[in-house]
This record gives sequence, structure tokens and C-alpha cells, in this order.
Amino acid sequence: MLSIKNIHANVEGKEILKGINLEIKAGEVHAIMGPNGSGKSTLASVLAGREQYEVTAGEVSFLDKDLLELSPEDRAREGLFLAFQYPVEIPGVSTTNFIKAAVNEKRKYHGLEPLDSVSFLKIMKEKMKLVEIDQSLLSRSINEGFSGGEKKRNEIFQMAMLEPKLAILDETDSGLDIDALRIVANGINKLHSPERAVLVITHYQRLLDYIQPDYVHVLYNGRIVKSGTKELALELEEKGYDFITEGVDLNA
Amino acid sequence: MIDLTYLNDRFEHLQQASADDGIAVIRKNSFDSFNKTGLPTYRTEDWKYTSISNLFDESFAQAGHTITLADLDALRMPGHHKANELVFVNGRFDATLSNILSTDDELTVLSLKDAAKGEYKDLVARYLNKSSEYMKDGVHALNGAFIEEGVFVYIHKGKTPQHPLYIYHILDGRDHPVMAQPRGLIYVAENSRLQLTETYATLGVSDSFCNGVLEVVVDQNAYVEYYKIQNDKSNASQVSTTHITQIGRSYVHTVTVTLNGGVVRNNMNLVLDAAGNETHLYGLYLLKGKTHADNHTMIDNKQPNCFSNQLYKGIADDFSTAVFNGKIMVQPDAQKTNSFQSNKNILLSDNATINTKPQLEIFADDVKCSHGCTVGQLDEEALFYLRARGIPKDKAEVLLLQAYAADVLAHIKPMAIRAYVEKLIYEHLSIV
Ligand SMILES: Nc1ncnc2c1ncn2[C@@H]1O[C@H](COP(=O)(O)OP(=O)(O)O)[C@@H](O)[C@H]1O
Ligand SMILES: [Mg+2]
Repeated sequence: MLSIKNIHANVEGKEILKGINLEIKAGEVHAIMGPNGSGKSTLASVLAGREQYEVTAGEVSFLDKDLLELSPEDRAREGLFLAFQYPVEIPGVSTTNFIKAAVNEKRKYHGLEPLDSVSFLKIMKEKMKLVEIDQSLLSRSINEGFSGGEKKRNEIFQMAMLEPKLAILDETDSGLDIDALRIVANGINKLHSPERAVLVITHYQRLLDYIQPDYVHVLYNGRIVKSGTKELALELEEKGYDFITEGVDLNA
Repeated sequence: MIDLTYLNDRFEHLQQASADDGIAVIRKNSFDSFNKTGLPTYRTEDWKYTSISNLFDESFAQAGHTITLADLDALRMPGHHKANELVFVNGRFDATLSNILSTDDELTVLSLKDAAKGEYKDLVARYLNKSSEYMKDGVHALNGAFIEEGVFVYIHKGKTPQHPLYIYHILDGRDHPVMAQPRGLIYVAENSRLQLTETYATLGVSDSFCNGVLEVVVDQNAYVEYYKIQNDKSNASQVSTTHITQIGRSYVHTVTVTLNGGVVRNNMNLVLDAAGNETHLYGLYLLKGKTHADNHTMIDNKQPNCFSNQLYKGIADDFSTAVFNGKIMVQPDAQKTNSFQSNKNILLSDNATINTKPQLEIFADDVKCSHGCTVGQLDEEALFYLRARGIPKDKAEVLLLQAYAADVLAHIKPMAIRAYVEKLIYEHLSIV
């Protein structure tokens, strides 16, 4: 589904990603872990199409399309979803209207009629229950004045509404209490199916208790320095990153 | 040099035809002043960024009009069934196209000429063209020189007309370029209320230029809401002067919305001539193409304890130009003045221009005045967030710009007018 080959990317002239390789197949759950500043969010941003990030080498194919050739909106409409580490607040744009526009843009792209208000509300109600998000949040401006946890929940709600093929969750679990964590994990598990894949970026083993990754990768200094199964996450939890990063030559 | 001799002929003709209409002296003085001053140039104070002299390159036709009710219907604003509607065609007040629902003991509408002679002649003598004390430029004088079929509106003491007042300015550019110089005087008497919305439309494809002056006098304890909606053709230009004098302790609230147009210059003058006046001025301009919009506001605080607040916001895209100049004067007697001003801009294109300037002239010591102006960009993070959910860039921009406009639009109190403006904005922003 997603195939990343030797991606190099710069931010403001500085190389952050230094040759990333990653294959994700339909139905798989991958986790990327790694210390702060390793380039995890940069990778997520490059995949979502943020323009400040300049890809200097490598290729990415997503569902057999050249992902890097697509605009951010087309990537989303093709089925890629990024739950942001830091969702922005957008005063003056109602959350509900925004999600409705997003859902209908995606439908239009796939040649479907827009949802009428009744069907949209019905689906919304369903998904609201799933992520236990309150109606009052959705009638407010996007993320405006939301707590950290509410913002994360709103990301998962949008994911549920858009039903992406590949969901990338950038530290969606950070700063959540156990209840919220369970809800987020539940949202991910509900979405997960043989046709869909999930890439979770996380700091902690605890989310992985709920969602059972097939593969765990350690991203360090712009490269994936180790890959393994979920036992790797347990090992990291126990020993910290040092046991992996010690041997890595930063200048290589 | 622009040949303006055709104006001489027209002026002489008008003076002969209307020698005793009670306004001839104002016209004469104004025309003398126009001849002395001429049209403003870049060297004229207050006209540094806005040129209108090139609009006079063509001699405007003064043809009679053939506007029908059907033409008017196409331009009507929502809520018109319940509104008092005043229609100006090519700058002349047209009583037959106008429609007054309120009774005469609430709201009286007269031609300016009739008002200058009858029951209201003292008011007209006292207040008509008071604006010229502030507006010394030639365009303003030109309007005064050609006061002909103006309108006078009187809101009676203690009355709150159920029907808002709508003023339509129709310019017939179907055959020739057209110039219009509408003129109005409105007196809002003690304890009365007025809600007024003014809009402009040019028919046909020829250039138009509307040089309008509206003077409003607000008496003790009166309440005025005024909305100006400018969304005419790209070759429709205007200078629009609204001169409001608060002669009694009163409340005034204005919102000026500028969308499409050629060169648009707004003078929004507030003279706070009674203690304890309260004034709110809002402006929103969303400029594209080559539109040039210049908002000049002036607040003259003459008496103590007045409060005023200004918020003007806008964007400049493509090759457009936005100008904001906010003048606040605080006279020696105007102690305890509170006057706040804010101008915020978003520059959307490298080829667009924004000029913003506060201008404070304070001659009292116990006052609170603040001003601020910003020029920024659209929030890239927000734009990316919307796009990352599948909303295409142009639509995402429209959403963000609508959101940007919302805190000014919230001050359009009548829902019908607000919804109308929101629709105009959506259409304006959606057309590439
Ligand atoms: N927009 C940006 N401008 C400048 N530097 C950036 C930007 N985004 C990321 N970086 C830098 O890139 C590196 C990787 O950051 P990031 O991808 O956020 O790491 P992680 O998500 O793994 O914590 C850091 O050194 C960070 O400072
Ligand atoms: Mg990060």
C-alpha cells in the first residue's frame, strides 16, 4: 500500500530525513518510535505533503500512485490521513461544516454524490459515539479553545469520518489519560481492517498495549536504525533508546 | 490636462434652471471651491494613495434614464418587502421608483429642494454641507456644486420606524459612461432610531463614477445603524462620503463592506459634538483584480466623555490596493475621550499593495487613545490542515477568508443583510 524508498528531506536547508525505507501492506499496523527530534513528524509531514519540507531524493508510492506528485488534498482524497501531533486552531470555521466539506470533497473525487444533511448527521452521530466526542465540541470552531485531549479526540473523530486507507497517527497518544487513550485505541482498532493500514508514531509502549503492531521501527537521526516486532517496543520501554542509538554513527 | 469645461456648462445650466431652489448658494460656493482646488492629485493631503482624476478622462453622459421596476428588482436586497426603499438613478433621487412604507409621522421623505423651502428649511440651512468644513478637496466640492435631485429624510422624535431604510444607487452605464452625484441629508431626531443600508449597482458595461455625499445628523438619545455595501462592477468607481454629526448624546454603529469595484474611496466622518457620544465603526474589504479601496475614517472628538471604537479588516489579492487612514482628533474640550482603532490586513499576492496609517491629533491631556495596524499572511498551518483533510486549496482559502471576515460581519445586526453580505462574499471569493 505504501512504499517509501530512500527518502531524503530537508527543512530550511537542513537535512532531516537521511534515507528512509519502509513498506506497509494493507492490513498491517506499524509503529515508529524514537527520541525527540529524530524526524518522525517530518516523515509524517512529507507523506501528507507539507510544502516546507523539501524532498531531495527517493520515492514514495501509495496505492500504486506516485505520492509525491499529488497535492495534499489529493493525497487525503486518495485515502491518506494524518492525525497531527499539534492540531491547529482555526477560529471562525465550524468543525461540523469543515468535516462535512472534507467528506464531500472526498466523495466527489471518487465520483460519488455529496451526502445530504440527514445522512451526514446520521454518520456523524455514529462516529461521535465511537470516539465519545461531544456535540458541543463539533459546533465550535475547529480546535478553538479545545484541551490537548479534545484536540486529539477530534483528530480521531475526523479519521473515523473519513475512513482512510492509511492512517498516520503522530503521537496521538501523547498527553492522554488512560480513558482517552482507550478511546483513541478503540477508534484505531475499529478502523483497522484487511484493506486498511495504520502507522502510529509514538513515544510510549502503552498505546501498543491496545493496538498490537505487526512491526515496530526505531527512527533515529533521520534513519530507521532498527525494525522488529512488538517485542522491540517492550525492549525499548525497558532499556531506553540508548541501547540502539549508542552504536549509530551520526555522520554516516 | 483633463478637460473639465463640460462641467462649467452643466453648472451654468443647473444654476439657471434652479436659481431659487434654496441650494443655489451652496452650489455656487462649492463650484468656486472646486475651481480653486481642482481634482485631488497625489500631492493633495489625504489623497496620497488614491487617484481619481483619470476617471474624468471621458466626459460622462448626463442622459435621462429608463430604469424600470424590473431593473430595480434584480438589485433589491433581502428584506426589501418590509423596507423603506429610496432609489437614486444616476445620482438623482427618484420618487417614483422609491417606496416608503412607514407613515409620515414616523419617517418623512422629501426631495432636498422641497425640504430646503418648507417646514424643514431651518434644518437644511443649518446642516446641509456641514461636511465641507472637513472636506476641503475638489471632489467633495464637485458634489456640492451639482446638488440637484437630492433627498431629505427626517426620523421623527421618539419614533422607531418598523421598516429599515434601504438606499439603492443605480448607475445606468448601458449606453455611455456615467457619473452620478447623489446627495442626501438625514435627520435622526431625539429618541428615535434609524437602520440604514446603502448599496450601489451599475447597469451595462460602461464605466461609472459615483461621487456621493450623505450627511446624517443624530440628535439626543438617538440610535443609528448604518451599513454600506459596495460590490459593483470592476469599472465602477466611487467616492462615498458619509458625514455623521452626533449633536446630542447618541449611539452610532456603521459597517462598510467593500468587495468588487474600480477605485473606491470611502470617507467615513464622525463628528462627536455632544458629551458622552458612542460610536462604532467597522469595515471589511476583500479586494481582488485591480480594485483599489481606500477607507478614510475621521473621528472628531469635540466634547468630553465620548467613546469610539474602530475595527477595519481586509485582504488584498491579485493586483489590488487597500488603503486605510484613520484620523482621530481630540479637541481641547474633549477630556476623557476613549478612542480605539485597529486595522488588520492580509496580503495575498506579491502584486497587491496595502497602505495603512493611523493619524492622531490630540489636543486634550486626559484621553485614552490606541491604534494598531497589522499586515499579515493567511495562516499556512491552517491552510495545510484543511488541505490535509481533502479540501482543495482554493476552497480552503475561501473558508479561511470567510472566517477572517466573520468578526466584522458579526456586527451587521439585521440577519437578512448579514446573510446577504455573506452570500456576496462567498460568491466574490469563489470566482477566480
Ligand atoms: N518546520 C521546521 N523548521 C525547522 N526545523 C524543523 C522543522 N520541523 C522540524 N524541524 C527539525 O527537524 C528535526 C526533526 O523534527 P521532528 O520531525 O519534529 O522530530 P520528532 O517528531 O521525531 O520529534 C528537529 O531537529 C527539528 O528541530
Ligand atoms: Mg514529532
